[in-house]
Amino acid sequence: MTIVVGYVPNRHGEAALDAGLAEARLRGGDVVVVNATRGDALVDRRHLGDAAAAELEARLAGLDVPTSVRRVLGADVAEEVVRVADEVGAALVVIGLRHRSAVGKVLMGSVAQRVLLEARCPVLAVKAG
Amino acid sequence: MDNLQLLLDGFQSAATPTNLLYAALGVLIGTFVGVLPGIGPAMALALLLPLTYGLESTQSLIMFAGIYYGGMYGGSTTSILLNTPGESASVMTAIEGNKMAKRGRAAQALATAAIGSFVAGTIGTVLVALFAPEIADQAVRIGAPSYFAIMLLSLVLVTAVLGASRLRGFIGLFIGLTIGLVGLDLSTGQARLTGGITQLVDGVDIVVVAVGLFAIGESLWIAAHLRRQPLDVIPVGRPFMGREDWGRSWRPWLRGTAIGFPFGALPAGGAETPTFLSYVTEKRLARDRDEFGQGAIEGVAGPEAANNASAAGMFVPLLALGLPVTATASILLAAMKTYGIQPGPSLLEDQADLVWTLLASLLIGNTLLLVINLPLAPLWARLLQVPRPQLYAGILFFASLGAYAVDQNPFDIALLLVFGAVGFAVRRFGIPMLPLILGVIIGPLMEVKMREALDISDGHLSGLFDEGLAIGVYVLVVLAVVVPVVVDRVRSPRTPHDQPGATTEREVPR
Repeated sequence: MTIVVGYVPNRHGEAALDAGLAEARLRGGDVVVVNATRGDALVDRRHLGDAAAAELEARLAGLDVPTSVRRVLGADVAEEVVRVADEVGAALVVIGLRHRSAVGKVLMGSVAQRVLLEARCPVLAVKAG
Repeated sequence: MDNLQLLLDGFQSAATPTNLLYAALGVLIGTFVGVLPGIGPAMALALLLPLTYGLESTQSLIMFAGIYYGGMYGGSTTSILLNTPGESASVMTAIEGNKMAKRGRAAQALATAAIGSFVAGTIGTVLVALFAPEIADQAVRIGAPSYFAIMLLSLVLVTAVLGASRLRGFIGLFIGLTIGLVGLDLSTGQARLTGGITQLVDGVDIVVVAVGLFAIGESLWIAAHLRRQPLDVIPVGRPFMGREDWGRSWRPWLRGTAIGFPFGALPAGGAETPTFLSYVTEKRLARDRDEFGQGAIEGVAGPEAANNASAAGMFVPLLALGLPVTATASILLAAMKTYGIQPGPSLLEDQADLVWTLLASLLIGNTLLLVINLPLAPLWARLLQVPRPQLYAGILFFASLGAYAVDQNPFDIALLLVFGAVGFAVRRFGIPMLPLILGVIIGPLMEVKMREALDISDGHLSGLFDEGLAIGVYVLVVLAVVVPVVVDRVRSPRTPHDQPGATTEREVPR
């Protein structure tokens, strides 16, 4: 049983990761951490850089849950997360949610909403504490 | 000291509140565009040229000066924070600057780059004010044959000596010369290379060529390589320097200026050589040589100063001889022409006010740059997070607007796309941009001088050689072509020419 976590290097991503790990312990499964970027800007603060990825892998390696980290480059972040979930036959997708202002909702498309609607398995949406 | 008096007069006409506002605007826009890698000062100027059409010549030159220095400063910011030099002249800055930033000294690296640029730019501009009139005095006496020879020399130097591949250099040069030939023959009135298209009879406007090659070419290139792994940007606060940093920086600034200025003033302008020389010098003179390669502040201070001093030096041939030696200078020349200003040795006589105002505005732009931009560094760094599609949509908009604004002629937009395709091909095949753009702008100037010389001699080729100076310059031309070839032959070919630590994957426009 595999759980896919949509991860970004901030508190929302961490909250999702914690929830995913807890769920994996309960169900006795493994966790696939996905960090996706559109790669169309020089700098993407939600992208997991090489150093940060190594750090995350080291941190996860010490846990009692089998984990793997995947970094994907694709046109649509939500689509990439769903694609990985399909590929590994995920039982659950965990994502972080954040509050957006009315203006923010107009300006930016929500990755979380797309994952919720398009994933073929249950999705657990977590809010950062 | 007459020249300094004239420079002060220039300040008087440049330093009105409105003009200062334009200078500030120019600095901001220039930095905005310059921060983006792949967009150097030349492209920034070409893109923003149409913005100044509504202004009077003084104000637009002031804005240009701001855009120019802003563009250069923006390039160094990206080099330091991302290790992606936006132009070939910032390669050296990127080496040490990025290492400094990784060690948590980004603020100091940015500060030494900015203040060094200021110092070098100021000294360089004053030197231009001192030298350009003297050289122009001499230049008035130079005849057409020597002029022709000097232009030939500068083209050959840029093509055969700078850059990695002579063959690619010459391909670029001949593409440029061909573009420059389009239009009416000056003496016979025949249409050349127009292919029967009447709109081409007037020739192609340099702005359309430059915007197409730089802006459209770059946009197409970016579109073809849209998705890349994002880079790690180094967070930065407000740039500042400690006491020790000042102590270690000021000598490299001055040495860099001394190295950079003469190179810029030579007819083969280019900032790669002086920045490299400055880096090597600082490395040799450094007390702690091992620190080089790990973020030595001298390695940022020297090359940045050399870069800006050579950028100022390029005004000497531009103002004294009407000869552009860098891509940026070509655009400035084109801008002057749109105001009906004929560059050449008599420019300093005919348009004295304008020239001194330009030099004064360079100094003002330089100062404003320091005052405005140093506190804004974190903001510029955030610009790197804007997704490319949005960014280049804006650039394409300005490019089309600019090309259309030249003549309000839709045909120019079609031409723009053609040159955009050429610009893309040139990037794809690694053909250097500098010989190409210089070919476009120097080619027609050369033709005028050649025709003049031949008219005097009644069409005899000897007319091209009947001045002592011309013969001397031709000897240099031959040497410039032959010596590198001979040296290559004598030395067994080892590793191909590569720049240490260069991370640019292609020639970038300057």
